[in-house]
This record gives sequence, C-alpha cells and structure tokens, in this order.
Amino acid sequence: MQISSHKSKHTLIVKLEGELDHHTADTVRERLDSILEDPSIKHMVFDLSQLKFMDSSGVGVFIGRYKVVSQRGGTVSVVHVTPQIHKVLEVSGLYRIIKKYSSFEEALAGIGECDE
Amino acid sequence: MRLEFPSKSQNESFARVTVAAFAAQLDPTLEEIADIKTAVSEAVTNAIIHGYENTIGIVTIIAKLYEGKIEIEVIDNGKGIEDIEKARQPLYTSKPELERSGMGFTVMETFMDEVEVISAPGQGTRVKLVKYLKSTGGELRRE
Repeated sequence: MQISSHKSKHTLIVKLEGELDHHTADTVRERLDSILEDPSIKHMVFDLSQLKFMDSSGVGVFIGRYKVVSQRGGTVSVVHVTPQIHKVLEVSGLYRIIKKYSSFEEALAGIGECDE
Repeated sequence: MRLEFPSKSQNESFARVTVAAFAAQLDPTLEEIADIKTAVSEAVTNAIIHGYENTIGIVTIIAKLYEGKIEIEVIDNGKGIEDIEKARQPLYTSKPELERSGMGFTVMETFMDEVEVISAPGQGTRVKLVKYLKSTGGELRRE
C-alpha cells in the first residue's frame, strides 16, 4: 500500500495505491492521522485511481478521517473511483458524508464553493 | 477447492485472490469477480477480527463450482456469534474502538445472492456465500 500526499492551500490531496483492506487499514490510518496533525488542513481529496481493491475496512478509514476534518469545518471527497470501490462506498451509505467527483478540478471547485 | 490458512491479516489478500482465480473457471464478468473478492474479503476479515479476535487459528475456505453458480464457505473455529441477527444489521459492530464500519455483512449480502450464517458461542462460525453468474459458465458448460 502506497500513500502519497500534497497540500494545496487548506486541502490535502491523498493518492492511495494498492489494496485497502483490514491488513493495510492500520498503516493508512496512522499515516493520515500524522499528516492531519497539521491543523491548517481542512479538506481531504482522495485520488482512488490506483486503488485496486477496497472492502468495508476502508469505509471505516474514511469515516474516521471524516470525523477529524468535519470538526474543523472541512470535507472529504473522492475522485477517480473504480466500479468495485464505488459499489462498496454506495452500499455503505458513505456518499451521505463524502462527495464523489469525476475530476480534481470539480472536487476543488466544490470545496471552493463550500468555503465561500 | 479447499483452502486452509492461519488467521493472519496478510492472508486476506491471498484468500480473496485465490477464490477469484478458482471462480474464473466459470467465465464470470469483471463485476462478478470483484463482487466475489469483496465478499470473501469481508468474511475472512470477520473470522480474523471477530472469530479469533486476532489470536492465531485456522480459517478454512471450501468453494464449489456448479453450472452458473459458485458456493463459498468461510469457516473458523473461533468464539462464535451470540446474536446473528444483530451481527448482520447494517452499522452494527461489536468493536467500535477499532473503527470498524459495521458494514461487513451488508456488503456480503449486497454483493452475493445468498448469505447464510451458522454460528453459536464457542462453536465457531460458518458463512456460506452463493453467487449465480450471468454467464452460463466456461468449462462446466461444455458437455
């Protein structure tokens, strides 16, 4: 599991590469929480284009990080969601708290509107 | 097909990939393969986290192919489930401290056609997953 991230203003863009299951969830959670110690990060955008697999363990990871940024008035979005992961997110009801966009431009525009 | 492995989390990926490779004989669609992988991953994760509570036991998978149908049983000899109905409810988790979503059974039920759970406290758990495949099957279809 590879995690790469960069910050753009108050938004953290995270790319997940590999498979997000119970085995890899702890690593992802720890890495993200240490990055989120930076209090200037408000929003998170996950690039899931290279995430090959995710099950409900990944849903727990998203809910946990949503709790952190929502307390700061921030949002969590996902872009480039594959069909398998879309199905898991949909069944889990996760789209009630996180937003799905088809591109970064749309996601960043969506976040901009939230901040206005 | 029978597969036995220790209840270590690194075997979750091995288990779902192996069952998916076995199911490939039925000529499933990509979506069907992804459904099977996801459901197996949920059942095996449950065996490791809840059945054995992160101690080491043996997880057994028995998979059978029929014409247009796959049956997969995921079996552990762990602590068993006290209230199966409650365990199957969406969002229910016995381990909220682990940041579990409580969606494991819901995912299995959505991605498979039949999910049967046989369990009792101290008796382990057996989860039977059935999926009917839209294609009529590769090898098995031939006379």
